[in-house]
Amino acid sequence: MNNLFMKKDRKGPVLFSEYTPGSALLKAADMSRDDILFEIKDSGLKGRGGAGFPTSVKWMLTASADSDRKFIVCNADEGEPGTFKDRVLLTEYPELVIEGMIIAGYTIGAKEGIIYLRDEYAYILEFLENKIEEYRKNNLLGKNLAGKEGVEFDIKIRLGSGAYVCGEETALIESLEGYRGEPRNKPPFPVNTGFLGCPTVVNNVETLASVPHIINKGGDWFHKFGTDKSTGSKLFSICGDCRYPGVYELPFGITINDLLEISGAENTKAVQIGGASGLCFPESEFGRKLCFEEISTGGSVMIFDRSRDMLKVLKNFMEFFVEESCGQCTPCRIGNVRLLEGVKMIERNEYTFEYIEKLKELCGTMKIASKCGLGQSSPNPFLSILENFKDEIFGKHLNQNHDEKGIKKSGITEAAYC
Amino acid sequence: MNEIEKNIRREFIHELISTHGAERTSLLPVLQEFQKKFGYIDGHSQQEIAFAMNIHPVEVNSIISFYSFLYESPRGRNTVRICRNIVCDFHGSNEIADAVRKEFKMNSGNTSGDGNITLEITNCFGLCDKSPSMIVNENVYEKIDKDSALKILRGL
Repeated sequence: MNNLFMKKDRKGPVLFSEYTPGSALLKAADMSRDDILFEIKDSGLKGRGGAGFPTSVKWMLTASADSDRKFIVCNADEGEPGTFKDRVLLTEYPELVIEGMIIAGYTIGAKEGIIYLRDEYAYILEFLENKIEEYRKNNLLGKNLAGKEGVEFDIKIRLGSGAYVCGEETALIESLEGYRGEPRNKPPFPVNTGFLGCPTVVNNVETLASVPHIINKGGDWFHKFGTDKSTGSKLFSICGDCRYPGVYELPFGITINDLLEISGAENTKAVQIGGASGLCFPESEFGRKLCFEEISTGGSVMIFDRSRDMLKVLKNFMEFFVEESCGQCTPCRIGNVRLLEGVKMIERNEYTFEYIEKLKELCGTMKIASKCGLGQSSPNPFLSILENFKDEIFGKHLNQNHDEKGIKKSGITEAAYC
Repeated sequence: MNEIEKNIRREFIHELISTHGAERTSLLPVLQEFQKKFGYIDGHSQQEIAFAMNIHPVEVNSIISFYSFLYESPRGRNTVRICRNIVCDFHGSNEIADAVRKEFKMNSGNTSGDGNITLEITNCFGLCDKSPSMIVNENVYEKIDKDSALKILRGL
């Protein structure tokens, strides 16, 4: 067996704490649906994919929706560059994810659960299927599960096919239904009209994995960790220029400096939080906290030391968005191409500041006019890297083309770039 | 493609549909499993799938063109994926990819001359903590370098 599947010695307050497989399920089976909902509400658990929508609200809306058929979908389409916490959960803590889904299903009255696993993680498929089969054999999945009359739940796994946008919940549902993974207009939200038009809960792997611990130890216990508005802990996928890259479970409210210290990063110039669609922070902001009220993140932390070229980082991210935009709405499809062109102009030293300002305006348009999170957040790295590292990026060309006030010298016409 | 091959594919499509069902939700699993067996989804089989599932052939084609891991043209027997995300890039994935292209004399479609290997430069596949990494079919190789990557691929 590949060593990815070997359980490492991990320590953390919630997800990486001790857990006996099956214990939360048996406890939940003795609780009423309302009790579970209240427990989740007390915990203050919010969606761990990055958006931070309260899980209890999502569950309550689905539980109260009137339908014979409801679904729990586990979003394991972890496509954000620099994120790999779900891979660790699925390979080392699959019990938590499976039991989280079963508890969610029992709570909202769903009989069917689907794990949408990205195709890049296809090597986990067989392992997960075996785990699910074990649960079926132990009567913890299927009809009358855990010996409880009338309670039924089963899980199947569906593979994605290499589309980043399918991590967006409505695009994911489109993909499950057999269509192109193009996001839908919201509302209606999946809690009313989700998979096959039925009420559907789409939760991140990490959100579902937190549920068994909350059931076991109580919402108040979970509430003790983190900050007021961001309770509990978060898995951070730390990678890049540091000595100990990996997944760390840390309480919300931790600062960037803390993360750098834990991961053994030295000489750090910049930290990209939240993956390609996140923000890039310079050294002066390393004291800021990571939580929903300050820097909201899905957990990706990419560290760049002083030897790295930030324009190259930005170009890599913009190439990613150009490739992954689904092409459905114009601001995202065209906007990302224009931003990438802008980056290439800077690279070739063929830009004017007027045009860069125009591109920043375009970023504003993309943020308000794009249909889904992809186009709304892809301007983030463009704006934050150009702003926070302008000395580095523009500085080297500044003396050649522009006078000391930043106004371009004659001879370079703007028209050529528009 | 001759009639015999077409028939083999047609039979397999009907087998797949009888296990997954002919509903629209089964389309992706059918395409994925078909591809797993035959390597790519040729035009004729796309039509067969469309007729068997009562979908317009153009729809089937549009699904294949949308998802980057569904293919319409023949590929190498082994798929090698190397990540192009910035973290892997800074750790040398680009140089490794170049070395692979050179060693196996790959054409513009990134398939080796003998049709054994297709190289795919993909976006982040979540192994950044072990970068640079490589996925060969469904096997994961962590912290590779030029030499170890070439050694693994020569053994395919």
